[in-house]
Amino acid sequence: MPHSEVRRGMETVTLTMKNQPDLYLEADNITPDAFAGKKVEEIADLHVYVGREQHRLGEFFEVSGRAGATPETTKIVINGDLSRVKYIGMKMTGGEIVVNSDLDMYVGAWMQGGRITVNGNVDSFAGTGMKGGELIINGNAGNYLGAAYRGDWRGMSGGKIIVSGNAGSDIGTFMTGGEIIIGGDVDVHVATHAEGGRIVIKGNAKSRLGGQMVEGEIYVFGTIDLMMPGFAYRQDVDIDMDGIKGRFALYEGDLGERHRKRKGQTIYGKIYQLIEA
Amino acid sequence: MAEYLIKNGFVFDPVIGIRGDIADIAIKDGKFVETSEVKDPKVIDAAGKTVMAGGVDVHAHVAGPKVNVGRNFRPEDKLFTYKPRSGVERMQGGFSVPTTIRTGYNYARMGYTTVMEAAMPPLYARHTHEEIRDTPILDQGAYPVFGNNWFVLEYLRNDEIENTAAYVAWLLRATKGYAVKVVNPGGTEAWGWGLNCENIHDPVPYFNITPAQIVKGLIEANEYLGLPHSMHIHANNLGNPGNYTTTLDTFRLSEGIRPRSKFGRDQVMHHTHVQFHSYGGDSWANFESKAPEIIDYVNSHDNITIDLGAVTLDETTTMTADGPFEHHLTELNHLKWANTDVELETGSGVVPYIYSPSIKVCAIQWCIGLELALLAKDPMRVFLSTDHPNAGPFTRYPRIMKWLMSEEARNQQIDSFKYRDKVIDATNLAGIDRELDLYEIAQMTRAGPAKALGLSQIYGGLAPGLDADVAVYDFNPNEPYAPDDIETAFSSAEHLFKTGVQVIRDHEIVSNGNKRTLWVNAKVNENPQVMRDVREKFLRYYTVTLNNYEVSGHYLPNPYVIEVDATQ
Repeated sequence: MPHSEVRRGMETVTLTMKNQPDLYLEADNITPDAFAGKKVEEIADLHVYVGREQHRLGEFFEVSGRAGATPETTKIVINGDLSRVKYIGMKMTGGEIVVNSDLDMYVGAWMQGGRITVNGNVDSFAGTGMKGGELIINGNAGNYLGAAYRGDWRGMSGGKIIVSGNAGSDIGTFMTGGEIIIGGDVDVHVATHAEGGRIVIKGNAKSRLGGQMVEGEIYVFGTIDLMMPGFAYRQDVDIDMDGIKGRFALYEGDLGERHRKRKGQTIYGKIYQLIEA
Repeated sequence: MAEYLIKNGFVFDPVIGIRGDIADIAIKDGKFVETSEVKDPKVIDAAGKTVMAGGVDVHAHVAGPKVNVGRNFRPEDKLFTYKPRSGVERMQGGFSVPTTIRTGYNYARMGYTTVMEAAMPPLYARHTHEEIRDTPILDQGAYPVFGNNWFVLEYLRNDEIENTAAYVAWLLRATKGYAVKVVNPGGTEAWGWGLNCENIHDPVPYFNITPAQIVKGLIEANEYLGLPHSMHIHANNLGNPGNYTTTLDTFRLSEGIRPRSKFGRDQVMHHTHVQFHSYGGDSWANFESKAPEIIDYVNSHDNITIDLGAVTLDETTTMTADGPFEHHLTELNHLKWANTDVELETGSGVVPYIYSPSIKVCAIQWCIGLELALLAKDPMRVFLSTDHPNAGPFTRYPRIMKWLMSEEARNQQIDSFKYRDKVIDATNLAGIDRELDLYEIAQMTRAGPAKALGLSQIYGGLAPGLDADVAVYDFNPNEPYAPDDIETAFSSAEHLFKTGVQVIRDHEIVSNGNKRTLWVNAKVNENPQVMRDVREKFLRYYTVTLNNYEVSGHYLPNPYVIEVDATQ
């Protein structure tokens, strides 16, 4: 859907942080789904948690503007220092959130639709178990970006995560679909246990890419410190699609894992490393 | 203690033989009494509601090391399930492997008051009892596993029934156990060699004994002692296509043996989660129900009881002392696997599993569980279970009741299966129009299991003298109802009394009850050989000493000891 169509008829709620929590603020109610159809006072009455204690959203945020009738027509703009706020946009199905701050963990976790834009850095578990929508981070991301929840074997299955800066370790663990694009460098463990999806790393990678990976694609534009021994070089390939352009060395693996067949061909996880643009 | 009078409810009780007639139930000093014996009772108005004794679960995995492995390695099972403390309720969480606290509360909500832990590794009996102690409200006991125990294998190899019995008695006392449990006899020990015992004549490596010898020997030792419960078995070859022949062979090992017990049971073998043991075909492609063949045998042999192990079509966590089976399962579904070897005694494995209605095999398994109940001629010998959490969480019992009581509910489920026609071809359920009534449900969930456990002197009914465990459900069986009304009503008892204490009032938990731990103290003649063998094995092989093995009193703050005298 083109940008302009999403915007049409949108109503905007603005939250401005006025009080910092003593601990961390768990704000899974900050979603277009929870705000839609509510008045400003009702939004301020939604609950948030600080530790085990329940509080009102309005104790921490100034709420203004108006929400749309549906999540799709609701935009939330958040200002102030949100570096101790977790779970923004959790499970959201539509609409838009713009955060003009750094954020703590779990932004966009399990999101199913809509768009979150963070103008700042985010801590770990951003986009955990994401199913759809767009998560745009104009900054750096922490560990476990687009990964599965702890213990779960159902990771990110759809949607798109775009990080302009660097990302930490363990991105895309148990990923089965969707796309993660990192503008900068990444730490160790990429797409561990993945069974689908695509991760594009425009900077450098360290090691342990694709450990126990069954299916899916990793593109690396920069260097890889150490290739996993479970990956074998196959051939050089020319690629020109979705902004990925150039000659790449193709590695397949993880050869130690089970792999399904499609039309008689065994399907492997693929790592493409740029040779020349 | 307070006196109570539960007035004008529709009472279903196989013990006093009342089938939905209106009656009053009186409680005094923790027991049921004649209504004339209460002077100034608090009155519970049960008019238009269903009254039944507290439920008794003969087989569930609710406490101990493998349950805790399930909790530890499945954080995703707890995701979004936590409920904070409120009122007398403590914090609770988890779905298929809930916390001990939630286990107690959720059984109580269904009107259950007694739950048996079905497999206690003796070496980890202390852990099992710690979790039992932390499970509120419920009376509980635990069955130590014997079917792969080196003492048992060595004694029974030489047909030493008396020594086996003396060892069983010692281990029940040492672990504060309740009954003799057998899991994949010989097979879990063979798993230590990377092998299995796939039928009852498949020899156990090194020990040179067959599963048939183990099973028959443990039945005989059980009857030698005259224990309250019978030998309780999960047979070889669980979960494999074509395994029903192994199950029938296992059943036949009980032929000609009668109970020698003063505790009122009629069976010498309880076979658990029979759904997993009633499979035909020789591959997953031609997998089919053999429930009729299995239940025909049970119907015509009154020295056997079974429980269902009914599949509930949920995402759950499988866990069993059947180590080789769990390895087989992780190879099938590629999900995470935990495995433990318990020294001289047993082993275990844990694997998550999703019983999907879109998978043909899962739908067939669902049919088989219900077929067993619906084809049963004597509901006093066929008990409701899900082998919690293996075939589904215990919290689905009310849903199983709905399916058993409503052909419409079953047909709705069958029609929603992706492979509906293939499932119907491979099963018998679609042709069964029987709908169980609440009296039969009370037999399968109260009176029957209590009798099979040898506990009909305290549980399972509403007769004067029994413990006052009773549930009132907001369900009027004489008014028209939708199938889902059954599930709703039996998921949330309106009132529940446990040994005369009201633990649920108006659907709210108001007390953590007075939980007891049941164990069996069997006295036998002094047996110097067995005691010498115990000392020697602990010195030679165990990683712990005897002093760090036995379960002492403080693990059971409120014990209920059942004394058995087998001296002669």
